[in-house]
Amino acid sequence: MASTATSPAPPRKVNRIGLEIHAYKGNRSTLCAGCGHNAISERIIEAFYELGIEPYRVAKLSGIGCSSKSPAYFLGTSCGFNAVHGRMPSIATGTMLANRTLLALGVSGDGDTASIGIGQFVHLMRRNLPVIYIIEDNGVYGLTKGQFSATADIGSKLKTGVVNDLPPIDTCALAIQLGATYVARSFSGDKRQLLALLEGAIAHHGTSMLDVISPCVTFNDHEGSTKSYSYVKDHDEPLADISFVPFFQDITVDYAPGTATEITLHDGSRVILKKLGEDYDPTNKVEALRVLTQAHDKGEVVTGLFYVDTKRESFLDLLNVVDEPLATLPESRVRPPKTALDEIMEDLK
Amino acid sequence: MATTHVAAQEAEASVEPQQVVNDLSIQVATVNGSGSQTANMVLLRAIFQMGIPVSGKNLFPSNIAGLPTWFTIRASKQGYIARRKEVDFLVAMNPETADEDVRDIRPGSAVVYDERLNLNRLRKDLVFYPVPFDQLVAPVCPDAKLRKLVRNMIYDGVVAKLLGVEMEEIHKALQKQFRKKAKAAELNWNAAKAGYEFAEKKLPKADRFYLTRMDATRGKIIIDGNAAAALGAMFAGVTVVTWYPITPSSSLCETLIEYMKRYRIDPETKKATFAIVQAEDELAAIGMVLGAGWAGARAMTSTSGPGISLMSEFVGLGYYAEIPGVIFDIQRVGPSTGLPTRTSQGDVLSTAFLSHGDTRHPMLFPASVEECFSMAIAAFDLAEELQTPVFVMSDLDLGMNNWMADPFAYPEKPIARGKVLSKEDLERLGAFERYRDVDGDGVGYRTLPGTDHPAAGYFTRGSGHNAKAIYSERPHDYTDNMDRLARKFETARLRVPAPDIREAAGREVGIIAYGTSHWAVVEALDQLRQEHELDISYCRLRAFPFNEVVRDFVRRHRRVYVVDQNRDAQMCQLLRLDMDAQDVKKLRSILHYNGLPLDARSVTDSIVAQEEER
Ligand SMILES: Cc1ncc(C[n+]2csc(CCOP(=O)(O)OP(=O)(O)O)c2C)c(N)n1
Ligand code: SF4
Ligand SMILES: [Mg+2]
Repeated sequence: MASTATSPAPPRKVNRIGLEIHAYKGNRSTLCAGCGHNAISERIIEAFYELGIEPYRVAKLSGIGCSSKSPAYFLGTSCGFNAVHGRMPSIATGTMLANRTLLALGVSGDGDTASIGIGQFVHLMRRNLPVIYIIEDNGVYGLTKGQFSATADIGSKLKTGVVNDLPPIDTCALAIQLGATYVARSFSGDKRQLLALLEGAIAHHGTSMLDVISPCVTFNDHEGSTKSYSYVKDHDEPLADISFVPFFQDITVDYAPGTATEITLHDGSRVILKKLGEDYDPTNKVEALRVLTQAHDKGEVVTGLFYVDTKRESFLDLLNVVDEPLATLPESRVRPPKTALDEIMEDLK
Repeated sequence: MATTHVAAQEAEASVEPQQVVNDLSIQVATVNGSGSQTANMVLLRAIFQMGIPVSGKNLFPSNIAGLPTWFTIRASKQGYIARRKEVDFLVAMNPETADEDVRDIRPGSAVVYDERLNLNRLRKDLVFYPVPFDQLVAPVCPDAKLRKLVRNMIYDGVVAKLLGVEMEEIHKALQKQFRKKAKAAELNWNAAKAGYEFAEKKLPKADRFYLTRMDATRGKIIIDGNAAAALGAMFAGVTVVTWYPITPSSSLCETLIEYMKRYRIDPETKKATFAIVQAEDELAAIGMVLGAGWAGARAMTSTSGPGISLMSEFVGLGYYAEIPGVIFDIQRVGPSTGLPTRTSQGDVLSTAFLSHGDTRHPMLFPASVEECFSMAIAAFDLAEELQTPVFVMSDLDLGMNNWMADPFAYPEKPIARGKVLSKEDLERLGAFERYRDVDGDGVGYRTLPGTDHPAAGYFTRGSGHNAKAIYSERPHDYTDNMDRLARKFETARLRVPAPDIREAAGREVGIIAYGTSHWAVVEALDQLRQEHELDISYCRLRAFPFNEVVRDFVRRHRRVYVVDQNRDAQMCQLLRLDMDAQDVKKLRSILHYNGLPLDARSVTDSIVAQEEER
């Protein structure tokens, strides 16, 4: 834009591919002010901006719920698909089968995942399809006005006074057990940790499952709720301090050796976990499940990266699909020649 | 479409007039899991190789082993390949059903049976051929464990001798069946020979049925409808296939896997140009199809009624969000345990409107294996051109039975991928509106995720969006969109395969049928002409929505019989919704819903009765 002003405009802040943060924003949110889901959207915007991912490469996929609406509020120029309740995993699977060069970002809720969608969720985790799966976990059905979900803790109370008396499903424990290869829990209000975990998930090849406690300010942010801001703040016990180092940055680690664990992801990026007290090894499945079970018994919310496996083959490699998107292979590669049909016909005579 | 009608050949001069030549049905009654499939296929193939038009129908229980099963082979010099009710030649191998099997057949029929069953005590008006199966099998099959299987080949030999099937053809058919398994072929061949030799020595011919060489199957193939549909999908360029096992559709994807492994591996990288996933259920199967279709792949799934019911919610989303996908419905009888292994056309009405809200879906109705192939290809083109889920409505009879056919024609037209805007298109256009009806045919332009242009991205949702794919709950945005979708359905009317019409001179009475009913109907039309001097027009539906030609057909005729293989006259009801008001009362129904494939006699009898009632 031409300008006649005397002083030069301050340089625009852009990321490594020359895009401003604005390019990663979406429509204005229609969720309640203060809803945890909005904070998660903001972190998603930051993560993709910081890593300099081209928005056109991202496919945003979701089920149904307040949480599932949120993909309209970030990465506005990416394609998005707000599908049906509980079925985002199958949509994500189809999308990635069709075009393995995409970066699939799935957003779900605790109702969308742990109740109606539990079947598709467990099978997605088993396949280790390259997809980021975020559960925006508020312990209730927000969009249908505050019924309990299957992640609500025993004894937690609804605004109406109804008390939950069934044990919660721990989606992280489930994901680890089933074969997901990057499993973490965070809190929508913990900017630094959530951003680092998201960036790690983006760099990871395989299924990344992030359960993000995300208080519903309208139906589940009061005393008696175990997914409220105040409860989580008081009971959050971070597993380790996390920082993420993208592969294109000069790596300057500020952690003293011996107190940090590094995990190198597929593209060369690194997740660094700084130990808080006990020694935590995120490549140890058994240890991860122990930590989760123990925290549960103590009524604590442990956050952090529980488990990473950078070795397991992804579903697409298992299927041995060609490197190019199947969606746009030319006719010459998908319609066998006439000689093939002749051969088959001859065999059937 | 190729027809299996062939000119009736004169019986050879040496054959006596009361003899019945090349016009009979053989029924083999066995126990499920006893390995009779091979023997039956070999017999069917041998007759086919003798140039005699033949069809085979397997009537099997929902069971892996132990329950009764019947296989019917019909040889017909006229080329009729529908099921025939009457049995001329019974092979009674199942002790449990033998008495009933014998009681049901017509006088003058022949029965080959296991000697020990003493069936000849039951009737005096049949020809009985007792065979000591156990005695015959022991010397040719030293391994006692294999005898149960090899035993069946003995009846092939016996039947071959009695009916005149050439042993050389049995041998050839056996080798085709066993391909590289030379030892198994040898074992079975010895058993067939033992049966033949026994019959030669001990069973003087006493019935009137004969098979003699013709030349009506030259160049033809034998294939089941599911394999044909699988081939169609492969040559349509399918890239994403998802499925959940269910009889009678499983063999479609299973066969497809075999063909794709052979013909769709990239020669350079040795990687697959496809992905086939056995999903956790049908909800996931259709979800993956829609995800893949949305992202631009040619995607399909294959299922049967129960799966169709589960897919309902997603299919509605596919309709509203306008996502291509192909769903093969191999129809079977009703829910749960009972008759899942029996054929039916029971999903017509529910599939036409599958899901909630105002939804309507194109359906194609293959009648033959050739159409399973060609309509599979057409379905993928239609789905992408119309941007909507398209159903191919086959059935168990077509999908799982073996049919003879002319070899399939290689698709002439290039693959049609519909209105997809590339990066270059967007650079030229600057922008696009996903749901704008630019061409007046109700079909908008779409982009695929991953298109490197800032204007390419759009957000897909179900019901609430305007022409720009922006969220909207405004009443007129919704009605505009629904009216456009209705317009799109009118476009579908013109694009789906047109009906096949044979006009009778009088134009008094017409018949409308679809799918596998076709074979019974063409035979019934001959019966009605020959036995009742009724000349009837025939309109074979090939798709829904109905082409204008269908309305014209009903307009031109006074009475139109609609043949449905279901209780509730489902196609007739669909037609009623579409016909001119004064034409609705012309429609009458012929209904068949006992789980067996339709036969010509039932159609003829029903028309004659209804015509007399008038
Ligand atoms: C098949 C089906 N059943 C029920 C609903 C109604 N419904 C909409 S959102 C929702 C719950 C959403 O809860 P959650 O996934 O936790 O999302 P939140 O709103 O809490 O973010 C339900 C039950 C639906 N849309 N579809
Ligand atoms: S109802 Fe709850 S979950 Fe939904 S937008 Fe409001 S605060 Fe968020
Ligand atoms: Mg919720």
